[in-house]
Amino acid sequence: MISEFLQYKFITNSLLAGILASISCGIIGTYIVTRRMVFLSGGITHASFGGIGIGYFFGLNPIISAAIFGVLSALGIEFVSKKTEIREDSVIGILWSFGMALGIMFIFLTPGYAPNLMSYLFGSILTVSTLDIWMMFGLSLILIMIFILFFRIILFISYDQEYAKTHKIAVDLINYLLISLVALTIVLNIKVVGIILVISLLTIPQSIANLFTKNFKNIILISIVIGLIGAFLGLVISYKINIPSGASIIFSLVMIFIIAKLLQLLKRKINLNRQRI
Amino acid sequence: MSKVVEIQSVFAGYNGDIILNDVSIDIFDDDFIGVIGPNGGGKTTLLNVILGLIKPYKGSVKFCDDLKFGRNNKIGYLPQQNNIDKKFPITVKDVVLSGLIYGVGFLSRYSKQDKLKAEETLRKIGISDLSKYAIGELSGGQMQKVLLSRAIVSSPRLLILDEPNTFVDNQFEGELYEILNELNKEMAIIIVTHDVGTISSYVKTIACVNRTLHYHKSNIITEEQLASYNCPIKLITHGEVPHTVLKKHSH
Repeated sequence: MISEFLQYKFITNSLLAGILASISCGIIGTYIVTRRMVFLSGGITHASFGGIGIGYFFGLNPIISAAIFGVLSALGIEFVSKKTEIREDSVIGILWSFGMALGIMFIFLTPGYAPNLMSYLFGSILTVSTLDIWMMFGLSLILIMIFILFFRIILFISYDQEYAKTHKIAVDLINYLLISLVALTIVLNIKVVGIILVISLLTIPQSIANLFTKNFKNIILISIVIGLIGAFLGLVISYKINIPSGASIIFSLVMIFIIAKLLQLLKRKINLNRQRI
Repeated sequence: MSKVVEIQSVFAGYNGDIILNDVSIDIFDDDFIGVIGPNGGGKTTLLNVILGLIKPYKGSVKFCDDLKFGRNNKIGYLPQQNNIDKKFPITVKDVVLSGLIYGVGFLSRYSKQDKLKAEETLRKIGISDLSKYAIGELSGGQMQKVLLSRAIVSSPRLLILDEPNTFVDNQFEGELYEILNELNKEMAIIIVTHDVGTISSYVKTIACVNRTLHYHKSNIITEEQLASYNCPIKLITHGEVPHTVLKKHSH
């Protein structure tokens, strides 16, 4: 069955996309989850829909316009919440809905029917293009390099940013760099699972990994492996029963989470029983 | 006895509000200063000025040469614990090691020397056995010792502690002051606290910060003095912990 499965070019492309998505989401998701930036990331995700609309209207590649729009929104949220007195979560709420509004406006203004709209909302890993793969590959490479070179500093800032500032570390600069990478990761993975579902790729594997380890580096590594399993299972399900891949990938990940949680509870119970004896 | 920090007529605050109003103080290398004062009076603002986290509107903060040009961080800092995420996935050892990062700190490796330094510090504070624990598994007192280890791992000349006695029990508090007494032989210490009663027997001098700063070159202050500086602090003494009660006395 596997060899039959791999015969189609779109299947190999989607497998590659699944692997690259696991890597980028494994790394950036760990950063987001441990810094409690999940809501912020949700905001960037939805804001980037504005970029997709603009792309449609001007006839650009929607992923590229979404990437630019997403990075600018992310930098905007970071800047406004740090430098002004507006609350960060309010800024996020405003940009979240403003991006969606812009996206819908431009898509309706674009003459003709927007054929792939659903694939941006719910993902369509089977339509991932070679260009998409190259962009995801480049992003994964950049993320791996930055997280290897700056690992100590990223961990230091994520844990206690005020304290890092007293050690003359360029905290603001690194925050801006990382928030841009968060935006790029989100946008480039939209093709895989869609705007509505992308946040799950950044949080479910990490939550599963966090059941087994309390070490930042290990959470990244385990998340990548869990992401890979989820993507593969999801693709097989999607292919077998012909449903959108985003939904089946997330379904697989949540199933893994439930099984992992049950295993953990079982292990605790066994340990407790042993202690009683 | 040499001067480590010289603060002269500093005005500082946030977003244009003035919280510290014309504050001056000299800090010497064998000082052990207790900073007291009401909430919102500017205790933390003063610390932030010394730490370089905020720039004063006016006035100057001068450091001695060692503090300015050291490759390592020469000001140790123990922040308030409620600013720290206790679920963050990091081990005690990594927290302490991070105290050695300064400036760019490129390339993600700690030297063997760094690791020895961290181990030595953990031993000194008496928490070697916690080295591999995740911070989520620690009690409030243990966490405070970890943060203290991080603050002193770079052998600073000045140690700044922001309310280290919150979230901890009396026994830990006594232990903490004993450790600080030891550390004071090697570095100047500034400690912010709301608990005047216990602290006054350990510190050498007391600075009362309420918009302005009044510096007492002794560890005994009277209730009248507190009242006249508009420092509404209750004088309370606790159980068995050794302390000096701030007694009424006439000058």
